[in-house]
Amino acid sequence: MEKLEVKGLNHHFGFTEILRDINFTLEKGSVLSIVGPSGGGKTTLLHLCAHLLDVEEGEVKNSFESSSFAFQDARLLPWKNVIDNIALGLLADGVKKSEAIERSRTIALTFGLEESDFEKFPKDLSGGMRQRVSFARALVVKPSLLFLDEPFSALDIGLKKELQSVLIEMIAKKEISILFITHDLMEAIRLSDEILLLKADPGHIVKKFSYTLPQSERDDKYVYGESAKILQDAEIIDTFELELR
Amino acid sequence: MKFIIKILKDFPAYLWSGWGSIASIFLFIALWDMGNQLYGDLVLPSPLETFNTLWMMLHDEEVLYEINITLYRAAMGFGLSLLLGSVLGLLAGFFATASMMSRPIVTILVGMPPIAWIVLAMIWFGMGDDTVIFTVVVASFPIIFVGALQGTRTLDGDLNEMAKSFNLPWHMKFVDIYFPHIFSYIFPSWVSGLGMAWKIVVMAELLATSDGIGASLAVARSQLDTPTALALVVIMIGSLMFIEYIILEPLKREVELWRS
Repeated sequence: MEKLEVKGLNHHFGFTEILRDINFTLEKGSVLSIVGPSGGGKTTLLHLCAHLLDVEEGEVKNSFESSSFAFQDARLLPWKNVIDNIALGLLADGVKKSEAIERSRTIALTFGLEESDFEKFPKDLSGGMRQRVSFARALVVKPSLLFLDEPFSALDIGLKKELQSVLIEMIAKKEISILFITHDLMEAIRLSDEILLLKADPGHIVKKFSYTLPQSERDDKYVYGESAKILQDAEIIDTFELELR
Repeated sequence: MKFIIKILKDFPAYLWSGWGSIASIFLFIALWDMGNQLYGDLVLPSPLETFNTLWMMLHDEEVLYEINITLYRAAMGFGLSLLLGSVLGLLAGFFATASMMSRPIVTILVGMPPIAWIVLAMIWFGMGDDTVIFTVVVASFPIIFVGALQGTRTLDGDLNEMAKSFNLPWHMKFVDIYFPHIFSYIFPSWVSGLGMAWKIVVMAELLATSDGIGASLAVARSQLDTPTALALVVIMIGSLMFIEYIILEPLKREVELWRS
């Protein structure tokens, strides 16, 4: 069984303690969200899990066959056009060039990009389109584990929903497992099987919420209802410092 | 291959866009002619006379021989700077200590006037090819070095992280992530290095050798042969413009299409 296991993870930047004693397990086919205020060490945690940072203390065991990362900013290569940007991960996996291009074109179309955009460079795309390309690049390699670092935060509501529904469809087919980082509780409730609440200074997990209703059956009413419920939670109020407002 | 075809395909459109530049050159020549009418032939020969002299010179084998010598020296000097500057600049860029230490040395190299180098080179190497080539290298090497250094120092850490997340193999990292970025810095530095080399070669020749375009310029000066002097200047500027606008600029446009 593929899974991602994090045990007793601590992390420091210099003398500043960023993360303290993080433990969780992400099973195949499930979605785990880590929510918390900005600057709470969420991105560091995700980078550690994806081995973009070296683990210093504790353990990160990743037995997933493949993984890919969608960043908060699109991080496209400015000197490559849309299709070549999407194909990057495929080519790195050793897929033949012609096949990589073909698969990239197909996925670009499902992500709402148009044929006329394919030859464009990132400078000629809007922010939302760049994010679509970045998403397509992460998903075209068919990762069994997807790392998401607040990829929806800069998008308008429509596009956000569109990309989320692509993910929900994949989740329903059990094609993908997701480790998802966000500060948006509604987003987390829409997508996750489990939500971990990360409190800052240093980042440590204070509470766990579970949702069993399949993602595809969660409608707006459900999401709003659960959001309202979770916002009453004492730990949430404390972590996000909601009282001050 | 596809790339070369694309350059050739876009070339006519590029040339067509040059009418504005040509108009401005003609305007300059008109001003030049006005200067001739005001100050007379000795001070400023007319463009017509200059171009006639130029035409005659280009059919004179001796002159062609001098041009060849200058071309050889400039090419040697520039080639050496290109090689040394690019390689050392890249190396220095990859190591923080090296780039920190090379900074002041580059400032000294850039700050030292070429004319001082020529005097030193004349003492060290005597009158001849070596002096000229040395001066060219000393003048254009730091420009290219700084370009390569900057290119390497400014590599984008975010893109590097992205490359890491997709497990890009090293050759893809080099070709797709590092190279285009570094090239966008190093290529303009090659262009300015070439311009510098072409200017310095003539100056060094004028002072330190008895052949080449620079030496011919010195002879024209001593004989008060203003048309020949101006024709030589036209040769220098014309060749530089040819290299820059006909060869390098179209190349640069294709390579940097992605820039905003």
